[in-house]
Amino acid sequence: MAKVTIDGIEIEVPDGTTILQAARMIGPEVAPPAMCFYSSLKTSGGYCRTCIVKVSKGSEKDPRPMPKLVPACRTNVMDGMEVMNFTSPEVVEARKGVTEFLLLNHPLDCPICDQAGECHLQDLSFENGSSKTRTDFERRTFNKLNIGLHIQLHMSRCILCYRCVKVAEQITDGRVHGVMNRGDHSEISTYIDQAIDNDFSGNMIDVCPVGALTDKTFRFKSRVWFTKPVDAHCKCDKCSGKVVLWYQKDEVLRVTGRKDQWGELEEFICNTCRFEKKKTSDWIIEGPRHINHHSVISANHYEKW
Amino acid sequence: MQSLTNRSVVVRKREMSFMEKLYLPAILGGMALTIKHLFKKKVTNKYPEVKRIFAPIYRGVHVLKRDEQGRENCTACGLCAVSCPAEAITMVAAERKQGEENLYREEKYAATYEINMLRCIFCGLCEEACPKDAIYLTDRLIESKYDRKKFIYGKELLVEKIDERIDISKRKKNYTMA
Repeated sequence: MAKVTIDGIEIEVPDGTTILQAARMIGPEVAPPAMCFYSSLKTSGGYCRTCIVKVSKGSEKDPRPMPKLVPACRTNVMDGMEVMNFTSPEVVEARKGVTEFLLLNHPLDCPICDQAGECHLQDLSFENGSSKTRTDFERRTFNKLNIGLHIQLHMSRCILCYRCVKVAEQITDGRVHGVMNRGDHSEISTYIDQAIDNDFSGNMIDVCPVGALTDKTFRFKSRVWFTKPVDAHCKCDKCSGKVVLWYQKDEVLRVTGRKDQWGELEEFICNTCRFEKKKTSDWIIEGPRHINHHSVISANHYEKW
Repeated sequence: MQSLTNRSVVVRKREMSFMEKLYLPAILGGMALTIKHLFKKKVTNKYPEVKRIFAPIYRGVHVLKRDEQGRENCTACGLCAVSCPAEAITMVAAERKQGEENLYREEKYAATYEINMLRCIFCGLCEEACPKDAIYLTDRLIESKYDRKKFIYGKELLVEKIDERIDISKRKKNYTMA
């Protein structure tokens, strides 16, 4: 066990826990934002740098501070470590810079994007970004690519978090897409325009922190804040069958997995549940889903309707 | 009973004097007041001929703007509808097809866009929420109608005609970003 202090709050965690996970154990008041780390995907994290924190005391044995800000998702805790997140102005400033870099090439098409309202990049820039851009250059754009019947790819919105690649690698049987090219030219692509059609490939949509991968069956149907989330389940031999149905009036517009407090899927669901069961009769309704009242999804509706 | 304030006046029924009984001075006084108003400046306008000048920030019927090339600005993002305190706005989005690039500015557009003018309180929040410069409140008035259903304004009433643009430059000035 290791004792670690994050923003002045002490917690004891098992050895090998990362700072990010320790911070999440304390709660959202100290947990740094994460765009690429996903606790259920192995080797995820370390790309986006939004979770950087300051380690002001390395450990009990070696109390020197770490020389640079470190990514919380890739740094393990040590006994007696002291971490500063929101209390350090240096971290706040650095995170603002990271956000600016993520937004450099991100198009300003939130009014069109289906992810708007549940987008992690929106949240991040709302909390850490500045309201104006300082770049004069054209944003990077990509040719449109069709990657299958169910998933819509908008490469220009991608922030290269690699989460979808890890989903394909670890959840589905056989990955047919990946990141091509290098540096500024990197893009998500399939092997010679192959269609992504795996049983669990739809989870890439939920895992994507931005609107780069969206549901084609929900495309432009409605905005997330006009739909009402309802917990439901069904008997499925491929997955747990526990989902959220997004209703508009009596119509199921979209089926997604259930996301926890950190925006991560509790369980991955299969494509049959996600794309094909769009009738109320396919599901056993459990009740309305709790939505944080800070979210725009809770706008204009109440916990009980 | 003790009075709450010291402003109470005891009413006395007094006998009227001879002059008061004549009523004539009172009538003449009243007439003088009436006639005086005849020569004063009128506060009303003769409506169809003379139209009142509206304040530049007057909030009347909405308009859905087009850009310089005549394409509709609205992209059905739903921000006006979610900001609307009266829940007067509804819309259905659709994807722009190939060949419609001259009609709609963005990839997505509003296939239907309805404002219930009976629900609308003309607060202007939709205008403030709009990220696409699409909706503005104008100095036009709602026509009176006999049928409640006709107050639900659809796109045919809201979108400005290409040949008769509606000037919103006065309102736009109030919304320049700091």
